[in-house]
Amino acid sequence: MSLGSILLYGLLGVVVAISGIGLITSRNAIYGALFLVLNFITVALLYIALGAPFIALAQVTVYAGSIMVLFLFVIMLLGAEQLPIAEPIRGQRILAILLFVAFLAEMALFVMLRGSPVVAGAPITPDFSTPATMGTLLFEQYLLPFEMTAGVLLAATVGAVFLTRSPRPERKSALPEAQQAGKESS
Amino acid sequence: MMPMSYFIGLSILMFAMGILGVLLRRNPLIVFMSLELMFNSANLLFVAFSAYHHVLDGQLFVFFVMTTAAAEVAVGLALIVAIFKAKRTIDLDQMSSLKG
Repeated sequence: MSLGSILLYGLLGVVVAISGIGLITSRNAIYGALFLVLNFITVALLYIALGAPFIALAQVTVYAGSIMVLFLFVIMLLGAEQLPIAEPIRGQRILAILLFVAFLAEMALFVMLRGSPVVAGAPITPDFSTPATMGTLLFEQYLLPFEMTAGVLLAATVGAVFLTRSPRPERKSALPEAQQAGKESS
Repeated sequence: MMPMSYFIGLSILMFAMGILGVLLRRNPLIVFMSLELMFNSANLLFVAFSAYHHVLDGQLFVFFVMTTAAAEVAVGLALIVAIFKAKRTIDLDQMSSLKG
């Protein structure tokens, strides 16, 4: 493997790490969202390097595009860029660090105790993951999950609209009574 | 191609940062974004193993994860907006109405 590709992968890994750290340390939620966009785009580059161009473009359009726009919209709508610094739950930080260390230990154990390392097969050909092959697999073998996903998206949309609607000002039921009262008085 | 351990290491790193974000931060929007980071690390592993084993199904699972994450974000942000309307704050520590 050439030095250039090692440098490229190393750079991508460093950008992923830095943008992740930036997300969890940024005081301002807007900066956090922008760091996350950077992270998504870098991971999309990794997808392209892994021979998955369709997933990479879906990542950019769906994640870095629409989902993050939704996030930025809600952050600005609520004015939640900076929450006042309040006293955290007692011992929360210590507990969080403990759980984090426990997770890292588990992962280190997994990596060490894993059996034989994954051996890469032949390098993938360019026609391995074209949108055409993805679509064929999606609509032949995974048609039912695809339809269920459509149902989930519809339910989520309806649920989001239902959750954020403002309470009705009760005018429709009050209006006829007022008209009737007006007629009676006249 | 890079050795698989590179992608496993990167994925573990991203997932660990997502865990730290969920556990440490009290801004629910940052918590949500950390969740997205964890989804992303799982997706990266899916695509990496899909490329190494020459099985396309992994990439389709990433597709499904993306659509489900989009639905989750829509409902979650709607919940945050509804909570903000009711309580005028979205600090996670203030959401303790159910505490006994």
